[in-house]
Amino acid sequence: MSVVALEIATPLDEERVRALRAGAKVLISGRVYGARDAAHMRMLAMLERGEPLPIPLEGAAIYYVGPAPAKAGHAIGPAGPTTSGRMDGMTIPLLARGLRATIGKGYRSQEVRDAMQRCGAVYFGAVGGAAALLARSIVASRVIAFDDLGTEAIYELTFDGFPAIVVNDAQGGEAYVRG
Amino acid sequence: MRELDVARIADAVAGALETAASRLPEDYLRALETAADREAAPLAKDVIATLLENARYAESEAIPTCQDTGMAVLFVELGQDVHLVGGDLNAALDAGVRRAYGELRKSVVADPLLRVNTRDNTPAIVHLRMAPGDGVRIDALMKGFGAEMMSRSGMLPPSAGIAGVKTFVLDVVRSAGPNACPPLIVGVGIGGSFDTVGGHAKHALVRALGAANDAPHLAELERDLLAQINALGVGPQGLGGVTTALAVHVEAAPTHIAALPVAVNLNCSAPRRVSIAL
Repeated sequence: MSVVALEIATPLDEERVRALRAGAKVLISGRVYGARDAAHMRMLAMLERGEPLPIPLEGAAIYYVGPAPAKAGHAIGPAGPTTSGRMDGMTIPLLARGLRATIGKGYRSQEVRDAMQRCGAVYFGAVGGAAALLARSIVASRVIAFDDLGTEAIYELTFDGFPAIVVNDAQGGEAYVRG
Repeated sequence: MRELDVARIADAVAGALETAASRLPEDYLRALETAADREAAPLAKDVIATLLENARYAESEAIPTCQDTGMAVLFVELGQDVHLVGGDLNAALDAGVRRAYGELRKSVVADPLLRVNTRDNTPAIVHLRMAPGDGVRIDALMKGFGAEMMSRSGMLPPSAGIAGVKTFVLDVVRSAGPNACPPLIVGVGIGGSFDTVGGHAKHALVRALGAANDAPHLAELERDLLAQINALGVGPQGLGGVTTALAVHVEAAPTHIAALPVAVNLNCSAPRRVSIAL
């Protein structure tokens, strides 16, 4: 038995996101920003200084990714999810500014799950260790900020049917089985 | 005495790691195929099918299976009848790593607090051990740090015994949950001292999947732990199922009357491993 997937596109509106349920498989298309530890640390510092962020957050999706270098003829190198929990302490201010979805792997903190319910946001899990295959669903990639951070820079990515699972929905539901 | 130029070691390390980045071990892929048949839940089956397809695709395109091409961990067994010539062994190992990571992701920072990337993925983590004979053997891991981050060690009292070890291992796997990218390979080190027990746990990860420890009581511990870990229900990527781990490998070492050191080193769904014999 195969899993049926819902197709969704960015930017995401709150109503659509609130309708998603944990455990559903989705295929994500549209613009997604790639950012991980170091990029988040810088964005938080910018917010503290009152500076505008390099990415628009309203309706946005952030993918926690640090891609491998791209081979000739590929839009991006292998680009699987990194552990989302490391971004937990830096996610709530972004959700408060309209961030609708994050994509990664692993548990989110209770605080982030509460904030997702409050703000109407969702957390998607992508298959960790399937980076080569996932990169096939990313058809364009360019660095748009923090170029000096290398693989930790902020990327503007174009997804085309990127497969993921709704791990935490906006109703408090979770797809992970806690052992 | 056999002479061996360290340049040959550098070449061998470079070639082996470059290939290992895009080719997962056969024994791991076979274990994954067996797990796919065993899983009943649609999401679990879907995840395992994705991992198998990823492995085939990465190998055919000669691109890394995982974006985290890891930190190179080298277990070097140096024959005592080998005379190394042509330079410094450690420099040669790093030269091999530097070459292998030319087109791979560089994930190593020179200082853990200042965090400036070395831009060539060096230095490697090197465990060097002398051995009889005139050969050189290197077991290499390209260790992803999602799983590494969820690894733990602890100093138990001797009275904790086998039950204490099992509780510790299960707690580590349970709290790692989806973060360590299951299905896992669980390396368990028991004994030695505070500084060596983690090395035993890591060394357990270079063993081929399904090869049990030679000591019957440790082989039994491996079987029990695997069954209990898979009974947790965490499953592939934490989405539920009976395949939280594909293997548990235990390595034990003599220790002190006062302690029962234990360490758990987790390896992820992209366990890149390669052996070199020179």
